[in-house]
Amino acid sequence: MSDRVEQLLRSALVPVDPPERLSDRLERGLSDLTEAAATELADWELSAMRDPRNWARPAAAVVVGSVAAGGLVLVRARQQQKKRQATGLQALEKSIRGVADDIEKRLRG
Amino acid sequence: MEATADKERLDSDFTELYRAHLRDVYSYAYYRVGNHHDAEDLTEQTFLQAYRHFDRAQRESDGRPLRPWLIRIAHNLAANFYRDRSRRPMTQLEDASVLHEPHGTEELVEEREEVKEVLEGVSKLPEDRREALIMRFALGMDNREIARALGRSEGATKVLIHRAIKQLEESLEREGHE
Repeated sequence: MSDRVEQLLRSALVPVDPPERLSDRLERGLSDLTEAAATELADWELSAMRDPRNWARPAAAVVVGSVAAGGLVLVRARQQQKKRQATGLQALEKSIRGVADDIEKRLRG
Repeated sequence: MEATADKERLDSDFTELYRAHLRDVYSYAYYRVGNHHDAEDLTEQTFLQAYRHFDRAQRESDGRPLRPWLIRIAHNLAANFYRDRSRRPMTQLEDASVLHEPHGTEELVEEREEVKEVLEGVSKLPEDRREALIMRFALGMDNREIARALGRSEGATKVLIHRAIKQLEESLEREGHE
């Protein structure tokens, strides 16, 4: 019977394809994450950066922002194939990279 | 710059992970929560959380596949989902793709009925057994991967799956499927 049960399980638990709209939702979620990271960085008082105890928070924001931006690249690659429309997301990603580079330079300085 | 190169590599690796396992995460989520709406929520949250911790996960994976890590995130989020909303998994999976196939021969109708009863049987199993079966049959994960996703040893996972199939078998027999 076990073989039969396994066969039935294979028939019952088939992989389920995600709906197309899920990619759009993921893109929006990642955009929010990226914006939150950018805001976190923009609001940060650079004077506080001299205290090493404060480095962890913006550094984490850089990681979240940059990784999320990377995620956006992959999601948007599909979107752009479909729509062929320019959006502000690349600019947003670039601006996050700019802020991250700026902080990195200041931390080194 | 080294940091930029690292980031580009990380982005590229995440892209690969996303493309390879979106369907796995969605399938797991669907069979956990029982409907597409909540499965989408769960899948979205899983990937957002994965973004946040991908760098560290990759460093600590030591070259091992990251699918169990992704499924573990979904597993933890699903547990929170039920706790926060006081929900239970749905027993009906009426819109699973296999049940959408058009009616055909009598044999096919009979098989559809069997599949439906198996799904109902799976939904009544204890949570850990149900999850192990979803991972094995819907995602095609081996014992090692399932063990990592559930935080158990391979031996314990093998026993878990065996007991899950046995319990399901007994349940189907009671329902007259022998």
